[in-house]
Amino acid sequence: MRKVRADLHLHTCLSPCADTQMQATAIVEQAKKMGLDMIGICDHNSAENVTALVKAGARESLAVIPGMEVTSSEEVHILGLFDSETDLMLLQDMVYENLPGENSDEAFGPQYVIDEWDRIIGTNSKLLIGATLLTVEQIVDAIHERGGLAIAPHVDRERFSLIGQLGFIPKGLKLDALEVSTPSAASKKYDYPVICSSDAHFLEDIGRNPSCFMVEETSFHEIGKALRQELGRRVVSN
Amino acid sequence: MKLTELIQKLNLSVRSAKGHLEREITGGYASDLLSDVLANCKEGNIWITLQIHQNIAAVASMKDLVGIILVNGREPEPETIEKAEAENIPVMVSELPTFELVGKLYNLGVSGLEE
Repeated sequence: MRKVRADLHLHTCLSPCADTQMQATAIVEQAKKMGLDMIGICDHNSAENVTALVKAGARESLAVIPGMEVTSSEEVHILGLFDSETDLMLLQDMVYENLPGENSDEAFGPQYVIDEWDRIIGTNSKLLIGATLLTVEQIVDAIHERGGLAIAPHVDRERFSLIGQLGFIPKGLKLDALEVSTPSAASKKYDYPVICSSDAHFLEDIGRNPSCFMVEETSFHEIGKALRQELGRRVVSN
Repeated sequence: MKLTELIQKLNLSVRSAKGHLEREITGGYASDLLSDVLANCKEGNIWITLQIHQNIAAVASMKDLVGIILVNGREPEPETIEKAEAENIPVMVSELPTFELVGKLYNLGVSGLEE
């Protein structure tokens, strides 16, 4: 087993609030520069840039985990990480069916869909910054039904966090982990495994607050095992 | 003012804890951020929110609130009603938006500040 450095919560230029420089080759380059072995791509309520990043990562031997950051009706963010893009697209179908509104580039920012060479191949017109009609519990269940890992991100922040919006973690919520935005918050005691991520919206933030995992390889399944502490896999300190 | 009086004057529909409407209201608080309610809402307050998640019942119980009024005709989730029944927390529904409802509460003498 070996120690891998991962930043599992990055945005791309598809998220209206992310910098337009958050494109495939630049993200991969910056991740490599920061010594990361693995990244997760989690745009707001959409996964349309995941394929570009998976392909760009493969060129540079950087593992890319497909994911999405879904906004619940309570305005709580929930990350879903998946083994395959196919599983993730099933979640995207459900999210799109439950996401009202249309984006305004001027108000919220552009939503570019790119390919693995950073060419703009389209724009997403949905209101990705908005909230879905799905509850926290429905989102967590939907992620699990599609084989994914459900993580409550930035629980140490007030905005859009599970604890900020709902006061505390609802009893019995089947989360696989919590994510914190600062290393100091990771030492707090929670009833769930804790990981660190940058939630980067700008290139310079990538890898700023990474997680380390003791695993066999850089794969979705190994991360799942580490969160469940199976077969010696585990989350380790930086 | 007692909660029963408020229910009548504001035409609220009670969704839970119908046997616990006799308490005296000490003041009011309006917020949709539950962490904020935990930090700032006072015992005996009536809480106005649009959140319908079951955690509202737990927050109201922890802060010993008189009840929760949901605005814009929003209905509590079934789990919320269940939890509110168990915790004896009256959850009420108003058809009014927050701004209008809080204005009416204020005119009825319910204040957000401690006397």
